[in-house]
Amino acid sequence: MTLDTTDADGAADPGTDVAGAGDLELRSLTKRFGDYAAVNSLDLTVPAGAFFALLGPSGCGKTTTLRMVAGLEVPSDGEVLLGGVDITWAKPYKRPVNTVFQSYALFPHLTIHENVAFGLRRQGRSDVNGPVGDMLSLVELEDFAGRKPAQLSGGQQQRVALARALINEPKVLLLDEPLGALDLKLRRQMQLELKRIQLGVGVTFVHVTHDQEEAMTMADTIAVMNAGVIEQMGSPNELYENPRTTFVANFLGQSNLVDADISGRDGDDVVVDAQGAKVRIPADRVQVNDGKVWLGVRPEKVFLASTGEPHTGNSLGTARIVDVSFVGVSTQYLVRMGWGQELMAFEQNTGARPIMRSADEVEVRFNGAHAFVLDHAQDARAGVDED
Amino acid sequence: MSGPAASTATSTETSTTTPRKRRSIGWLLLLPGALWLAAFFVTPLVQLVATSLYDPNGSVEAGYAMTWSWGNYTEALDFYSEPFIRGFVYAGIATVLCLLIGYPLAYAIVFKAGRWKNLMLVLVIAPFFTSFLVRTLAWKLILADNGFVVSTFKTLGLVDDDGRLLATGFAVVAGLTYNFLPFMVLPLYASLERLDHRLIEAAGDLYASPAQGFRKVTLPLSMPGVVAGTLLTFIPSAGDFINSQLLGDTNQTMIGNSIQTLFEAGSYPAASALSVTLMALIIVMVAIYIRRAGTEELL
Ligand SMILES: Nc1ncnc2c1ncn2[C@@H]1O[C@H](COP(=O)(O)OP(=O)(O)OP(=O)(O)O)[C@@H](O)[C@H]1O
Ligand SMILES: [Mg+2]
Repeated sequence: MTLDTTDADGAADPGTDVAGAGDLELRSLTKRFGDYAAVNSLDLTVPAGAFFALLGPSGCGKTTTLRMVAGLEVPSDGEVLLGGVDITWAKPYKRPVNTVFQSYALFPHLTIHENVAFGLRRQGRSDVNGPVGDMLSLVELEDFAGRKPAQLSGGQQQRVALARALINEPKVLLLDEPLGALDLKLRRQMQLELKRIQLGVGVTFVHVTHDQEEAMTMADTIAVMNAGVIEQMGSPNELYENPRTTFVANFLGQSNLVDADISGRDGDDVVVDAQGAKVRIPADRVQVNDGKVWLGVRPEKVFLASTGEPHTGNSLGTARIVDVSFVGVSTQYLVRMGWGQELMAFEQNTGARPIMRSADEVEVRFNGAHAFVLDHAQDARAGVDED
Repeated sequence: MSGPAASTATSTETSTTTPRKRRSIGWLLLLPGALWLAAFFVTPLVQLVATSLYDPNGSVEAGYAMTWSWGNYTEALDFYSEPFIRGFVYAGIATVLCLLIGYPLAYAIVFKAGRWKNLMLVLVIAPFFTSFLVRTLAWKLILADNGFVVSTFKTLGLVDDDGRLLATGFAVVAGLTYNFLPFMVLPLYASLERLDHRLIEAAGDLYASPAQGFRKVTLPLSMPGVVAGTLLTFIPSAGDFINSQLLGDTNQTMIGNSIQTLFEAGSYPAASALSVTLMALIIVMVAIYIRRAGTEELL
């Protein structure tokens, strides 16, 4: 690879950047179609050089947000700043921003070479052959330069779309579900490739997807978007381990949410009354101070113990196993609690313990540092994958 | 053992019958079209070429003898080179005018008309509801010496005080442009309508100003429409005689008029020779044009 990567080191670690140097900032950005707010007062800062994922279900406003950054959609309200410069009203062709479109939008009448050269030529560059060659070798398509887009496979077209945008060395590259049209295997492969390229060129990537696994494996920061607003933003680990809304808890992975009440405080812990069981959760994992709450525990954080086994953690009481599904690496249990709710518990098949059977009685335990407490005003089913 | 053997037998059977059946169905589907073409295209064409080689001294009443009179062609070109050239020039100008008027019109209908799109399309086709002849006659009235167009043009100084519009090349070209404009607009509309709007956005995203985006993306992708539109305008204009007859100067006719006059005078061999020559010239021009436009793979 012959691309200039001198600033990649600094850029690859957004934390070391001077504040705001090349950051993309959205300030109360709003887009209304009629009286429907597709994007509702969105505030977001994408650090320069970050691989940033915008994750959300279909129709939540991801594409609309990207289009406003690219200048293809005029915001109803708010501002877009790039490196501190207000570009809200700049024409799309005057922004140092490029897009990889959901549908690729390759020019069907131009060869791959000319597709990739398009941006450079429009900027008045005449020495395009060198950079185009370098870019095509970066995406491993040197041999296809003379072909037309229709003569390439979906994955190859996707790489051309990427090369065509990247060659302009934009400050920000917007990727609108670029892998959506690919089959699972190719998608995994392209995810790694994209990540590799991003680390190499150090350009800020804003990657839109509704695939949570894709967002978690690729991005260093994820913003979870729902119905036009950002629900929560953070590293994949942070979002998964400490979701702040029921939507995030359900949309990223799966969660057991138990109806509970805050009953007091004990040192650094908050004591929660979950259907009669007193459990302790570290205060920084609790979003509300009193009243009704949802107590959340991820299925793989639930431990099913034989009743009476001694323990020091939290217990939700006894339950009966109603379903066991063996999936190879793990076993997934469905247990019915005393109060009638069914909870999920995943256990690694380490072989250390025998697999339990339906109708066995177990005690449901978890570590308070792995649970989270959410505001009860939210819908417990928000963000649940219905199929 | 019998299982595999039986299955081999059936598979060879299907592999021999299926393609044959397929092929014969293909031929059957071609048949009606082929018969139609043979009856209504090939037969008259052969007759036309044959007539162009008949003895020019014959007559409809006395009949014609096939004398392979190639002289019909040299004579046609000698006597009628002027209307030939004039016909092509008029048709060429009308085609260019149709393109200049039709492209922005089609573009506006596709990209700017919004909910008026269908209405505008209907308006483009509306002239077809009246006969070609009647509409051209109407133009005769509009451009008449005592009509308001001429008097307005005179006031504006666009026409000399003793000048006129009717019976000029201008009127013929205007008539051709008017009459064939829909044939330009419709293919252009179809190709622009088919154009993926996101490609224009992509061009903008890749630093193309709207003008550059048009030149590099919209225009090249609408070339099939341009080629189809210009052909549909140029070919019938080049052979047209109505506009020239009704709106033009009788001393400055197009080749269509010459052919029509010869047929009416009963000089069938000469008229046929002119027709065949016109057809050959148009085919050559169209072939060169399509090659030059380089749109084979887009079509
Ligand atoms: N031009 C438009 N006119 C009216 N409504 C629109 C328009 N574009 C988008 N919307 C609406 O705005 C909402 C957000 O659309 P958007 O395309 O941003 O969704 P998305 O998050 O990208 O979804 P997906 O994952 O399906 O691509 C949707 O409800 C959509 O119907
Ligand atoms: Mg979208």
